[in-house]
Amino acid sequence: MSKVMVVTSGKGGVGKTTSSASLGAALAQAGQNVVVVDFDVGLRNLDLVMGAERRVVFDLVNVIQGDAKLPQALIRDKRLETLSLLPASQTRDKDALTEEGVGRVIDELRERFDWIVCDSPAGIEKGAMLAMRFADLGVVVTNPEVSSVRDSDRIIGMLDSKTQRAENGDRLEKHLLLTRYDSARAARGEMMKVDDVLEILAIPLLGIVAESPDVLTASNVGSPVTLHNPASAAARAYTDAARRLLGEDVAFSSARPPQRQGFMSRLFGRKAAAA
Amino acid sequence: MSFLKFFMRNRSAPVARDRLQVLLAHERALSGRPDLVAVLQQEILAVIAKHIPIDRDKVVVKLDRGSQVSTLEIDIEMPDEALARG
Repeated sequence: MSKVMVVTSGKGGVGKTTSSASLGAALAQAGQNVVVVDFDVGLRNLDLVMGAERRVVFDLVNVIQGDAKLPQALIRDKRLETLSLLPASQTRDKDALTEEGVGRVIDELRERFDWIVCDSPAGIEKGAMLAMRFADLGVVVTNPEVSSVRDSDRIIGMLDSKTQRAENGDRLEKHLLLTRYDSARAARGEMMKVDDVLEILAIPLLGIVAESPDVLTASNVGSPVTLHNPASAAARAYTDAARRLLGEDVAFSSARPPQRQGFMSRLFGRKAAAA
Repeated sequence: MSFLKFFMRNRSAPVARDRLQVLLAHERALSGRPDLVAVLQQEILAVIAKHIPIDRDKVVVKLDRGSQVSTLEIDIEMPDEALARG
């Protein structure tokens, strides 16, 4: 039974695309058949983050409008056989997406994949609405920062009212993915803590991804961080989140104990990591 | 060796720059005719379909954008019986 998962946030720049690519890759690395769909028509970037930008021929809009068949538009990841990408169109506007067309493509994807990860654009316009429309579950990507939390709250409200599941009175699972978290700053009281955000948004926690240079490095080279640097803290956070999505009970504390790194441990810790 | 790795560790920025240069060069060149590949595919298939019946589901289109040369690959499966009649 396939699952349609929307990765959304309301606010831009919080890490939706990075998280879509990383969660998709982590699920695929766990043996699931995964497609990641870019809904950001006109401003696609998932292809670039996943390192497939040179191979895009057809896109979601081409499939909806009948210019291409779905298999022609799907791009198989070169590193991971169970991971595919359906890119967004770079040249059309969001009106090229129709609810009927998106629904048709999602139905067809359900026949081929275990997981359909919908990378939502920022905002609450048509693209974002259609990305969540057919979702079975929603991952709300949030930074521990006031405007991000507020926008997340608004998006949670929309998941509960604007999705097909919500309209049919079915349950739609919602999960919080906290990204760009800095436990040292949270400990010093400079940043909202995990519990603060959880208390405000009141949805279950899927994962905590610490602010990390490994995420930038991975996007520079066009590889999800779980593939590029599986040992990094960010990759482990996404891998743990994927395991939770698959129903495993993974403890949060073991994954990433809050740590204070001094100057010396940073210096030597880095060498140890490189060796 | 780990000393070398220490300095090579984070040299991903040049990769990012190169990838963007290739991508943006292609995107800028194609502005104004964004569906070129789709149009090419349709016209090529139309020419072939005039002579041989082809199954549109069995057409594989691959593109590789390079910095110097790009390749467009269109694989069309032609059943033997169709060839025999043609």
